[in-house]
Amino acid sequence: MTALSQRHTMAMILAPAVLFLAGAFMLPLLNLGRLSVFENLPGGAIRETLTLANYRAFLSDSFNLELTRNSCLIAVQASLLALLVGYPIALFLYRTTSPWRGLLLVAAISPLFVSGVVRVFGWLVILGDTGFINGGFKWLGLIDRPLALIFNWTGVVIGLAEGLVPFVVLALISGFGRLDQNIEDAAATLGADPLRRFLTITLPLSMPGILLAFLIGFVVSMSAYVSPRILGGGRIFVLATEIYGQTFELNNWPLAAVLSLYMLLLLVLLTLAYKKLTERSA
Amino acid sequence: MRVIGNLIVALAFAYVLAPILIVVVMSFSIDAYIVFPPSGWSLKWYGELWQRKEFHDGLMVSLKIAAMVTATALIIGVPAALAVARGQGRWRDLAYAYLTAPQLVPAVVLGLMLLLVFAPFRLVATLPGVVIAHVVVTMPFVIRIMVTTFSTITADCEAAAATLGASPLKVFFTVTLPLSAPGLLAAAAIAFIVSFDETVVTLFLSGPRFTTLPVQVFNYVTTKTDPLIAALSTVLLVFTALLIAAVERSIGIVQAVSTPR
Repeated sequence: MTALSQRHTMAMILAPAVLFLAGAFMLPLLNLGRLSVFENLPGGAIRETLTLANYRAFLSDSFNLELTRNSCLIAVQASLLALLVGYPIALFLYRTTSPWRGLLLVAAISPLFVSGVVRVFGWLVILGDTGFINGGFKWLGLIDRPLALIFNWTGVVIGLAEGLVPFVVLALISGFGRLDQNIEDAAATLGADPLRRFLTITLPLSMPGILLAFLIGFVVSMSAYVSPRILGGGRIFVLATEIYGQTFELNNWPLAAVLSLYMLLLLVLLTLAYKKLTERSA
Repeated sequence: MRVIGNLIVALAFAYVLAPILIVVVMSFSIDAYIVFPPSGWSLKWYGELWQRKEFHDGLMVSLKIAAMVTATALIIGVPAALAVARGQGRWRDLAYAYLTAPQLVPAVVLGLMLLLVFAPFRLVATLPGVVIAHVVVTMPFVIRIMVTTFSTITADCEAAAATLGASPLKVFFTVTLPLSAPGLLAAAAIAFIVSFDETVVTLFLSGPRFTTLPVQVFNYVTTKTDPLIAALSTVLLVFTALLIAAVERSIGIVQAVSTPR
């Protein structure tokens, strides 16, 4: 086969996917930018005249700052909680020689494959006023009135973090490659107890992995919609819920487009940071 | 110390699996609403589920969409992945980034993007509309898995077959494709799961007259919660578990979700 005909074949087998995404992904993405400069009329009609009014409205409304703050704060808290849960799992899976390792690994990343609505419904059952935790505490006589665990900030963070654990575990395990059992053995010989060995050797050595896992968790939580919407009970407002609200409740598609572009910008900045980080740790 | 360590690990696993396990337990409750512990056990919610025509319709629509999406994503994605895996240099990286780009866009943004272009063409709340949307969502998964798969099959076998006079098409169907069967199975199963479970993008593109099972669950859960939805969720879980088992047996689930190279 000549080089030319090979290149021809390559282009031909690449074309369907490239063209499909051009029409169904790139074009809609550009259209988002186009719509963001159109005028929104009362009642949800759109006039195709160029205006920066949507951007002005976006910038002048301090509520958008609050949405950004909420999105970021929830993302930070959920990622930290996911790290707290994911770290012991990842370390265990990395070190264990158990024949169950494969199955446990699948269990650890199973939230990735279970529909978000199903998991969130599970959290409603666990955290609800008559749910597992409140029912259990009441049965034990620990509380009289149920603890408010859902339809608030706490519920969103707890539910969101669970969905992040698979990402965190995978990132941490791939980062554990730098751990060296010899160093720990040496420390043990010199008399360091397990806690000290963990704090002075294992933890510092896995820092790059932790940082990476945190960033992935942050990006995934920023994009999440189902958890904030259902576990927040319509009372927790983040960027993702606002885009949905502007689209369907307020019928302001141009403003929803501006918000979307803003969210994409934030995520692009985060992804660039992530790229920098992976290049450095590689 | 060892005991404390194991206890922490067990608690961490409990946290991850709790919502999934509780849904299954709750689906066998006898109560009319969510109470813990249930006052008794029964299969009545599964019976109730069986009676509900809207969920039958939702399930059939979701299965139909997932099948069409899997077929489409593989037909256009697998050849593209082969081109990427056999390509070189900047060109290869660019193609790979382009084909996996939809993964970087949040579901709400993707949903809005597609709603805006589908609305003028009356594609909202239609089968073709949702299928197109799901192919966009699943494409990065298919590309990732297949690029990994094709990269592990060396180009040597293909070259040998070509030297012996096989046409490129014959090489593909008699050498490349059979060697990559496990990867193909995994890609198909993952595409099917992703489409079958997709909720947020579909939420933007469905309507009262055309909806999928996850969207039905979402809408139901925003208004009320009862064991009926636990039974429905358990059905969704069983479907997913079967597909995961298939992937685990072919190339391993972790391999399927990791980034190539």
